[in-house]
Amino acid sequence: MAFDSFAAFVSMEGHGPYVWACYAVFFVLMIVLMAGSVRSRNATIESCRRRYEFQADKSTVAAAPTTSASFARVNVSQD
Amino acid sequence: MNVEVRPVVPLASSSVGALAAMKGVFSRDMKVAFRQRQDLLNPLLFFIMVVTLFPLGVSPEASFLREAGAGILWVAALLSVLLSLDHLFRHDFDDGTLEQLVLQPQPLFLLILAKTMAHWMLTGLPLVILTPVLGVMVHLDGNSIAVLCLTLLIGTPVLSLIGAIGAALTLGLRSAGVLLSLLIIPLYIPVLIFGTGTVAAAAEGASVGAYLALMGAFLMLALTLAPFAAAAALRISLSNG
Amino acid sequence: MWQFFHKLGSPKWFFGISTRFMPWLLMSGIVLLMAGVVWGLAFAPKDYLQGNSYRIIFIHVPTAFMAQSIYIMMASAALVTLVWRMKLADVFVKAVTPVGLVLTFLALFTGAVWGKPTWGTWWIWDARLTSMLILLFLYGGVIALDRAINDEKSAARAVAVLVLVGVVNIPIIKYSVEWWNTLHQPATFKLTEKPSMPAEMWVPLLLSVLGLYLIFGWLACVRMQTEILSREQRTRWVKEFVLKGKV
Repeated sequence: MAFDSFAAFVSMEGHGPYVWACYAVFFVLMIVLMAGSVRSRNATIESCRRRYEFQADKSTVAAAPTTSASFARVNVSQD
Repeated sequence: MNVEVRPVVPLASSSVGALAAMKGVFSRDMKVAFRQRQDLLNPLLFFIMVVTLFPLGVSPEASFLREAGAGILWVAALLSVLLSLDHLFRHDFDDGTLEQLVLQPQPLFLLILAKTMAHWMLTGLPLVILTPVLGVMVHLDGNSIAVLCLTLLIGTPVLSLIGAIGAALTLGLRSAGVLLSLLIIPLYIPVLIFGTGTVAAAAEGASVGAYLALMGAFLMLALTLAPFAAAAALRISLSNG
Repeated sequence: MWQFFHKLGSPKWFFGISTRFMPWLLMSGIVLLMAGVVWGLAFAPKDYLQGNSYRIIFIHVPTAFMAQSIYIMMASAALVTLVWRMKLADVFVKAVTPVGLVLTFLALFTGAVWGKPTWGTWWIWDARLTSMLILLFLYGGVIALDRAINDEKSAARAVAVLVLVGVVNIPIIKYSVEWWNTLHQPATFKLTEKPSMPAEMWVPLLLSVLGLYLIFGWLACVRMQTEILSREQRTRWVKEFVLKGKV
């Protein structure tokens, strides 16, 4: 331990406010960034789920799924 | 048996050499520009007005102006080049000439180089010619004015070349003007630093050879790489539709 | 080798493998970062010149290092986008740009706050601070361009060109310290020399750099997965993943 007491650790010989402000901003921003990323991932999954369920509903209710030709864009994936 | 394969109709444009094509693009841009003279004058007027704002806004003291003058002139020149960049590809994009240019068999790299050179002749060069007058107005001494003109002479082509990349990237976008500035200003900063640094070194009586050599290196780098990037950007923007 | 390369470009393959690695990345990243930070804050000896304010280094250097290396990673990915048109590469660029922006901001902020007790002023227009500021502008420009172009594919390619053009700035950042000799101290880590700090100082620093690197890896995975899910909505595997929770 580089400090004698907890009070010395907090004050850091007068440099405490600078050091602690830096660490606070760092951790707050990192947590916001990480939580935001996870939330937007979950939101995307949720919106996909709603879309698929909506599509499933529609196809069972309408029961007329086949059209002879469509101009919908086809996305070809790389997998 | 050797069968010589020849196109039935010889492609007229492919028989034009790359240099001739560059010359054609260059002289066409010059001609178009001289038919719309107001567009040529606007960046120059803007340059003069921005320089005028500093004595009015900060201080008309000779001592302040002498110290800040080179920086003021460089920033004003940078901004007026930035302002004129929107025109670089815009008209040709609107009337479809640009697509023809991209379809030419000659390397697009060279054609863009020619267009950028024309752009520099029409904006950068007049700025350099105007600089001594404004230099006297901000109380720069003769030596500083000469070095300033020299740095602008080397620096403004770099501005036009780098700007061509931004103009190509933002072609056809909404609010392209502001976006262009956002993308390009960070890339202009090193040129600005060395441009004004050279004048500052000259004012202190130091030798400016090394600074000018570095700016020359910037110019060479921009000449070889920027049209290449601008060509790639132009192809992407045109395929965007 | 080529098969591996093509696999690497497949969003589905990436999704599966990253899901497996992510918990490990996050856990080890947090452990290393916290170890480095706690060691640096409480146990590392005081710097005889700067006093305790130097303890900001344990987050300043990691963020500054990451800010620069994220841009370099983006430039490599941009090259891959332009040359091989690999889908994952532009997903990566799009996903990590905001992370780079935040870390660059943090590097600038911690640098400014560190400057106050050390130099007596919040901001100095020295080479490295200014280059960091330019890097912040570059990240901002990349995000602005990406938002401005509606078509996803041309946005990715235009951004790739811009990132590659901007990467010319990175060597200027790195060597600006030697170019303009200014108030700022020279780079802390040099690969060719032994660090001039005592081990009790640079070991925690190394720990926090590694920790932040791993956390960045986790962040990149999460954000890339988000981007992949929204781009590949129409594929069967995404549908199966969303409805059944398995890749």
